[in-house]
Amino acid sequence: MSAGVGVNLENLWIRFGDFVAVRDANVNINGGDFFSFLGPSGCGKTTILRSVSGFLDPSEGRVLIGGNDMAGIGPNKRPTALIFQNLALFPLMKVWENITFSMEIAGASAKERRKRADELLDMIALPGQGDKLPSELSGGQKQRVAIARALCAEPDVLLLDEPLSALDLKLRQHMRTELREIQKRVGITFIYITHDQGEALTMSDNIAVMKAGIIDQIGDGKTIYNDPSTAFVASFVGENNVFRGTVKEIRGKEALIATNRSGDLVSRISTANQGKMKVGDEAMMFIRPEALSIAETGSAGDHFVTAKVNHEEFEGNTFNIFTEGDGGKEIKVSIPNLGQTFEDHTGQQITLEYETQNAVAVPAGELATE
Amino acid sequence: MKNGFLHNFYQHNGKVLGTTLLVVMTFWIGVLIILPQLSMLDYSLREYLPSGEVGDYTLKNYRHLIYGAEGASDAYNYVDLKVFMRTIIAAICVTIFNLLLCYPIAFFLGQVAKGMKLRIFAMLLIIPYWINEILRAFALKIIFGATGMINAVLIGMGILDEPFDFIRADVALYAGLGYAYILLMVFPMYNVIESLDGNQIEAARDLGAPWWRIHWRIVVPYAKPGISSGCTMVFMLSAGALAAPQILGGPSSLWFTQIIYQWFNDGGNWSQGAAYAVVLLVSCIIIVLAFMKLFKVNMGDIGK
Repeated sequence: MSAGVGVNLENLWIRFGDFVAVRDANVNINGGDFFSFLGPSGCGKTTILRSVSGFLDPSEGRVLIGGNDMAGIGPNKRPTALIFQNLALFPLMKVWENITFSMEIAGASAKERRKRADELLDMIALPGQGDKLPSELSGGQKQRVAIARALCAEPDVLLLDEPLSALDLKLRQHMRTELREIQKRVGITFIYITHDQGEALTMSDNIAVMKAGIIDQIGDGKTIYNDPSTAFVASFVGENNVFRGTVKEIRGKEALIATNRSGDLVSRISTANQGKMKVGDEAMMFIRPEALSIAETGSAGDHFVTAKVNHEEFEGNTFNIFTEGDGGKEIKVSIPNLGQTFEDHTGQQITLEYETQNAVAVPAGELATE
Repeated sequence: MKNGFLHNFYQHNGKVLGTTLLVVMTFWIGVLIILPQLSMLDYSLREYLPSGEVGDYTLKNYRHLIYGAEGASDAYNYVDLKVFMRTIIAAICVTIFNLLLCYPIAFFLGQVAKGMKLRIFAMLLIIPYWINEILRAFALKIIFGATGMINAVLIGMGILDEPFDFIRADVALYAGLGYAYILLMVFPMYNVIESLDGNQIEAARDLGAPWWRIHWRIVVPYAKPGISSGCTMVFMLSAGALAAPQILGGPSSLWFTQIIYQWFNDGGNWSQGAAYAVVLLVSCIIIVLAFMKLFKVNMGDIGK
């Protein structure tokens, strides 16, 4: 799309002794994209980032930046800048010296550096704070200084290793917007590592979802959320209710699934698995809490679920009903609070309904644990 | 807030332990450190009387270091002053040499070595110090001797035709002094470098810094408290060393401490010895303070 520099991972393997941290990763990141690697801790996403920045050599495969193979090129020679999880600002240098450290190495004069620092301080909305020490700044300000320090090196690719994880919730949400705006303004490629799906979904053009060293799915936020290709992605990204069973019938792009607990249910087959799922396969079907509602009429058929209500809760914007579900997991139903009156169903059998397009079937697989 | 410190101290330690600690500390600082030094100062300011009686106050003993004995032919006491200057300069050289040698070791221990490797390396550093100082000095004397290992190897390799006198050239002395205080240099630096966040080194590298620049801008400034406390100790102890110069020094190379020792021991002139010792102590403190000022180190950093 834009003139930014792309990053390609080709058949990338990274091993530590017998442990495989990254297994055969193939990723094409477009120039100018905000690209996120999303996964639980220990899934290998930071390892991938370190191989792009040059701190780790791949065991097999290649890392290409702007089409150039990066093998043998050290982190100080790559067109990347990394923002560390703990930011790693230099505590003994003033803010402006921190920001322009890359220029100092390049041999720029103090005057030039000062000028550039002031420009960048304006950009990150910290004008006149250059003479402070990092310890005199708040968490969010340090965050912005770290971004300015990385941008000052004029990298083609900015790598961010969970940089928001140390901030409190409010600030984190604010910084999401700010990061996205900065990325649009500078137009360079951002590669973002996070375990927070909210961060990934709100900021990214594209997301790779990782589990135990394997990239399960790559796609934009809507695809990842609405059309997961594995059980892990479906259960990791956003809240989801799982129904286990076997495929009873394939109807074009839809499948009838004989669930273990809730009878036969119909579901759309996720795009990546169309034509691949066969009758008799073990399958999992996912329906989001907000896609379920209490059936007004009817109760029999392949898009009705009957279950006993365990408990209910009021969350403000939604009213949540938890019923008995499959494999010890409850089924959660979220009903938007539009001012209607809610009756208490606790202990009753209720019938839930959904629309076929809101249920998605994938082959049975490991679920995200959390 | 009245008696705040004492009140807190007793609250924290209880009456019995608190009182014990206070008494022990007062005894240690007062009786073992301050009183002996004050008595040395007192000695140095008194006239020496061979009979052992207490003399009157005088500055004669200090005058002797600068101008020599009354009626001496030279205008100044060149012999002692020269030894004094040489001792100070040599101690500074030993300190610098030790710093250059120990910084890479401390960095390796603090940032590079992990787990088992770290423990083995630290043990290799510590175990030689189980051997007492005199033995180590004599061992070095043998190694550096005319028929010692180093000469044997150099002659065997054809680099030297005849043995080089390392003792007379003071090489053995400097090596001995340097070796004696390696741990005192390594561990304060290691302590600080170990606490440096490795991400800062990586961040600097990621921003394009070559390795020497990372050390110069990131590691050394951070390690400054450790460096200064190591340097202070090595300098003070080298300048005040006695055994190493006695054993490893060449026939002509007196260390200032040896002169002090002679005044006390051979000459029996405690007043003169005390004056020399006080001069050495005060000079060393002034030099350390001057260097601290020069490198902008705070007194509090030394304790880190």
